[in-house]
Amino acid sequence: MSQDMSVPMQPSKSRTSLRGLVPWVVFAAVLLLLPVVFQGNSTAFTLLNVIGINIVFALSYNMLLGQGGMLSFGHAVFFGLGSYAAMHAMIAIDDASYAGEGFWAHVPVVGMPVIGMIAGGLVALVLGWPFCRRAGTAFAMITLGLGEMVAAAGQMFPSLFGGEAGIYGNRMVGPQWFGLELAQSDDVYWFMAFWTFVAVFAMWAFTRTPLGRMSNAVRDNPDRLQFIGYPPRNIRFMIFIASGSFGGLAGGMAAVNYEIITPEALGLIPSGLALLMAAVGGLGVFYGPIMGAIVVTLMNSMLSDYTDASILYVGLVFLSIVMFAPRGLGGGIEQVRVAWREGDLARRLPGWLSGALAVGLIIVGMVVLVEMLFQATHGDDEFAQVLGMEFDAAALWGWLTAAVLVVLGAVIKRATNKLREDQA
Amino acid sequence: MLKSLFTFITASLLLVGTAGAAETVKLALIDPLTGPMAGAGQPALEHLKFEAKRINANGGIAGKQLEIVGLDNKVNPQESLVQLQKAIDSGIQYVTQGNGSSVASALIGAVGKHNQRNPGKEVLYLNYAAVDPSFTNERCSFWHFRFDANADMKMNALTTYIAENKDIKKVYLINQDYSFGHAVSKAAREMLKEKRPDIEIVGNDFHPLAKVKDFTPYVSKIQSSGADAVISGNWGQDITLLVKAAAEFGLDAPFYTYYGASSGVVTQLGDKGVDRIYQINEYYGDFEDPEMAKRQVEMYKETGWDFYYLRLSTMLDMFKKAADKAGSTDPVKVAKAMEGLTLETTNGEVVMRAEDHQIQLPMFMSVMKDDMKYGAEGTDYNFHKVARIEREDVTLPTTCRMRRPK
Amino acid sequence: MLEIVIFSTLNGILYGLLLFMLSSGLTLIFSMMGVLNFAHASFYMLGAYFAYTLGMHTGFWPALILAPLLVGGLGALVERFGLRRVHANGHVAELLFTFGLAYVIDELVQMVWGTVAVAYREPEYMREPLFTLFGTDYSIFRGVVILISILMFVALWYLLKKTRVGLMIRAALTHGEMVGHLGHNVPRLFMGVFGFGCALAGLAGVIGGPIMATEPGMAATLGPIVFVVVVVGGMGSLQGAFYASLLIGLIQTFFVAIDASVADLVNAMGANLDPYGELGRISLATLAPMTPFILLVLILIFRPRGLMGELEP
Repeated sequence: MSQDMSVPMQPSKSRTSLRGLVPWVVFAAVLLLLPVVFQGNSTAFTLLNVIGINIVFALSYNMLLGQGGMLSFGHAVFFGLGSYAAMHAMIAIDDASYAGEGFWAHVPVVGMPVIGMIAGGLVALVLGWPFCRRAGTAFAMITLGLGEMVAAAGQMFPSLFGGEAGIYGNRMVGPQWFGLELAQSDDVYWFMAFWTFVAVFAMWAFTRTPLGRMSNAVRDNPDRLQFIGYPPRNIRFMIFIASGSFGGLAGGMAAVNYEIITPEALGLIPSGLALLMAAVGGLGVFYGPIMGAIVVTLMNSMLSDYTDASILYVGLVFLSIVMFAPRGLGGGIEQVRVAWREGDLARRLPGWLSGALAVGLIIVGMVVLVEMLFQATHGDDEFAQVLGMEFDAAALWGWLTAAVLVVLGAVIKRATNKLREDQA
Repeated sequence: MLKSLFTFITASLLLVGTAGAAETVKLALIDPLTGPMAGAGQPALEHLKFEAKRINANGGIAGKQLEIVGLDNKVNPQESLVQLQKAIDSGIQYVTQGNGSSVASALIGAVGKHNQRNPGKEVLYLNYAAVDPSFTNERCSFWHFRFDANADMKMNALTTYIAENKDIKKVYLINQDYSFGHAVSKAAREMLKEKRPDIEIVGNDFHPLAKVKDFTPYVSKIQSSGADAVISGNWGQDITLLVKAAAEFGLDAPFYTYYGASSGVVTQLGDKGVDRIYQINEYYGDFEDPEMAKRQVEMYKETGWDFYYLRLSTMLDMFKKAADKAGSTDPVKVAKAMEGLTLETTNGEVVMRAEDHQIQLPMFMSVMKDDMKYGAEGTDYNFHKVARIEREDVTLPTTCRMRRPK
Repeated sequence: MLEIVIFSTLNGILYGLLLFMLSSGLTLIFSMMGVLNFAHASFYMLGAYFAYTLGMHTGFWPALILAPLLVGGLGALVERFGLRRVHANGHVAELLFTFGLAYVIDELVQMVWGTVAVAYREPEYMREPLFTLFGTDYSIFRGVVILISILMFVALWYLLKKTRVGLMIRAALTHGEMVGHLGHNVPRLFMGVFGFGCALAGLAGVIGGPIMATEPGMAATLGPIVFVVVVVGGMGSLQGAFYASLLIGLIQTFFVAIDASVADLVNAMGANLDPYGELGRISLATLAPMTPFILLVLILIFRPRGLMGELEP
C-alpha cells in the first residue's frame, strides 16, 4: 500500500554548473530587497516574519510527505516542542543575564533556532523508531495518535508547558549579535531572513545527499530498497529525525518572533496547517511549500478582514488544488518553466491563458455565490461586496450573475481542454 | 495567486495610509470571528457595535466618534499577535479581547513590550472576559484593564452564596483538565473550607478540554456520590453536555457554574436546564431596569444576538468617562484617568481598582427559568436572579506591584 | 458500586454502538477503496443537522429515514464527482481530498445553521424514563437508540451475507480487481458503498444528535476516534470494528468511574506524592478520553493488523 501513497514527481537532474546557483542568488536578493520595499510598514514585516517561519515549517513537513512519502498528522509536535525548548532557553538567558554569569549568559537569542532544532531532532529520535515501520495509512494514524496525546499532555503539565497561558519570554536579552536588537518586527526580519535562508538551503542540500535520494526511493519503491540492502525503516527513521529537526528549527524561530508559546501549538490544527501549506504549494516541487506557506499565511491573516467566510475560502482553494491541480502552485510554475526551457512556451501559452481565464471566472462566480449565501444567512450588511461591486442577495440578478460567470468559466475550460487535446 | 498576493499587500498598505484621518477613536476587538469558535467572538463584536452607536449619540469618546474594528484571531495566541500588529499599524491604540487566557497572556506580554519599546505610541488592552487571576496579580500590567471579575472573585461570590445555603452538605467539583479548571477547583476547595468547614467535597474530577462527547459516566459518579451541589467552571460544549447528561439521568443536584448562560447552552438544554443550572455573573437574563430591558430587546432585534456581555457596555461607558475626564484619547492619559474610576451601572456602583486594574463589582447568582418575558436566543428560557452578592463579598486582595510610567 | 457498574455498562454499550454505526461505514469504504475518509464524521454531522431541519416539518420518525438517505445521496455525489476524479493521483491525493472536504463541510454547516448549536432534541414523549434504577433514570430515547442500532446491524449483516450485492461487496473487499474482471461495474459499486457508508454515518447523526448535541464542532471531536476504531478493529473486518467500538465505549465509561490516580498507586507502594501535584493527580478518569489514542498507538506498534484484520494498513 505504501507504494500507492507516492506522489508523482519528476526525476531530478543534477547539474553542477553555475546555473544551479542562480535561484539562490535571486532568493538572497529578494530577501535583501524586501525591507526596502516595505520600509516603515510593520504589518508587512510582521507578516514576512510569520511567512518565514511557515516556509521552514512547510518545507520540513514536505521532507516527510513530498520526499519520503510519509503522510503525518503530528508534525506540530516537533514545531511546538522545539518552540518550547527555545522558549525555556530564552528564559534561562534572561535569568542568567541578570546574574551576569553562567553558561546561558553567553548564549545569544539569535541562536535559538539551533536549540529548537536539537529539541525537535531529539524528540523524533526518541519517539520515531516504532512509527517508521510502515509508511502510508499506518504512519498517518500513528502520528495522529501521537499528536493528540502530546497536545493533551501539554495541557496536563503546566510546570513545563505553562498551562493555558503558555510560557513567555523576552527576546531582547543576552549578548547581541550582528547588532540585532530584535526590538521591532523589521529588526526581527533580519533574524528571520537569515534563518529562513539557512534552513531552506540546508533542506535543499539534504535532497542532494545520498539520504535525500534514498528518501525518494523509500517513497517510490520500498521493496526494492529492501532488496538492495537498505532497510526502508532505517531510511524512514532518518528522514523522520531530519524532518523533526527542521520542524523544531521553525519552532525556535517562532519562539523568538512571538515571545510566547502555548500548548495549542502542539495540536492537530497546526499539524493540519503544515499539510495545507505543503499541498497547496505542491508536494512534488522543492520550492512548492514555500509558495504554499506564502499564500496560506496571507489568506489566514488578511482574508478575514474582507470576508467572514475566509476559512471556507481556504478550504475551497485547498480542495480545488487537490482536485484540479494535484501538483500544486509549484507544479504549475514548473510546467511553465519546463515549456520555456524547451522552447514550447509560445505554442502552449494560449491554452494556459484561456485556462487561467476560465479558472478566474469560476473563482469570481463562486466568490459572489458564497458572499451572497453568507449575506442571506447571516445578513450583517445589506449587500454582499465583491471586487467593489455590491450584490443583493434578495434580488435574482446577483445569483444569475454568479451562475453566468461559473457557466462561462466552465465552457471556456471545456474548450481549452479540447484545444490542448488537439495540440497533443 | 500572485495577483491576490499583491492585493493583500496593497490593501495592508492602504490600511496604514488611512490611519488617523478622521476624528475617530478606534477600538479593535481581537477575537475569533470565523471558524468553530466564532460563536464566542461574533456576539461581542455585535454588542460593541451596538453600544458604540449609543456612545456616539451621547457625544462620543472625548468628542471623537468611537469606531469598532473586528480582527479575527481564531483563538490562536500567535495569530493574535499578528492581528495586534495590524491594529497598531493602522493607528489603533485600544484593543479589547476576551476569549481565551492563552490569547490574553500573549496580548499582555506583547502590549507591554510594545509600549516599552515604542514610547509615545502606547496601546491599551481592555480585557472583557479572560479571567486568569494572575493577570491582575503577579502578572499585572499598567496597560491592562480587566472589566470582568476574575476566576477567584467569581468563586468568592459563588462560595458566599453556597455558604449561606445550609442545605448543601456535599459538593462535587468537575472541571476541565487545564490551568483554568484546576484554578477553579483549587479556589473552590480553599474557599469552601474557610467559609463552611462542614461541607464535604465528595468528588473532584477533571476531564480533558472539549474532548468528552458522553458525560454520562461522570453523571453516574456524581449520582452515586450523593452530592447536593455541583460546582463547575466548564464552558462551551463541556457545560452543555454535562448538564444535559445530568438532566437525562434524573440527577437533581443543582449545577453552580461560571458559564451556564454562554451562547448555545440555553438552546440546547431547553427544559433540561430549568431550575438545574445556575450561573454566577455580573448580569442575569431579565433586567429590572426598564431602560436596560428595552436595550436588550432592541439589540436582539437589530443583531440577532443576546445582550449577554453587560460588561462590554460597562467597559465602553468607563472608557468614555475616563477619556472625557482626561479630555483626551491619549492612552496614557486615559489609563491614568481610568485608575480608581467609579461608574454607576444598572446593577450598582463599580470601581476600577487602581492597584491592579481589576474591576470591583457586585455579582449575581441566577438560575435558568422557563416562560420568561425576555427569552434568551429566541427561546422562552432565560436566567433569573436568585441572589445579589455585594461588592465587598466579591472583592479579593491583590499581590500586584504595578509599575507605572512616569 | 453495583449501580455504577450497571450504568457504566449501559452507557458504554450505547456509546460503543453509536461508534460502530459510524465506523462500520468507514471500515467498508476503507477496506474496499483504501481511502481513510476524513470527512466521515462530517457526514455524521450532516445527518444530525438534516434531521433537525427535516424534523421541524416531518417529525422525528420520517426524518430518521429521510436524513440518512439524503446524506447517502450526497456521499454518492461526492464519490462520483470528487473522489473518482482524484483517484488517479493515488491515495495521498484521496486522503487530502477528504481532509479538505471535511474542512469545507464544517464551514458550510456553520454558514447555513450558524456557529451556535441548534435545538435538536428527541421527541417529548421519549424523554420519559424507560426505567429507574437506584434513583437514576434511563430514558426511552436511549432504549430506542440501542434498538435502532441493533436493527441496523441485523440489516447490515443480512445485506452482506445473504444478498447478491453483499456477496459482491465482500468479494471486492479483498479482490477488487477480480470483481472487475468478472464484469461487474466496480466504480458503481464504489459509489454505492461510499454512499451507503455515508448514510450509516448520517443515521448515527440522526440518533446521536439529540444525545451528544448538534453543533458545528461535533464532527471534529468525533472524527479521530472513528479512525481509531477502524484501525484498532483491523482493516477489512466489520467484526473487528464492532469489538473495537464496544471496547472503546466500555473502557471510556469504566475508566471515568475508577478513581485510581498515580498518587494512589505510588503512595500505596510507600512513596509520598502530592495527590494534587501535576503527576500525582493524573488518574484513570482524566486519561479516559485519551484512551482511544493510546490504544491506537499501542496497536499500531504491537499489532499493526488490528484486532481482527487480515492485512496491515
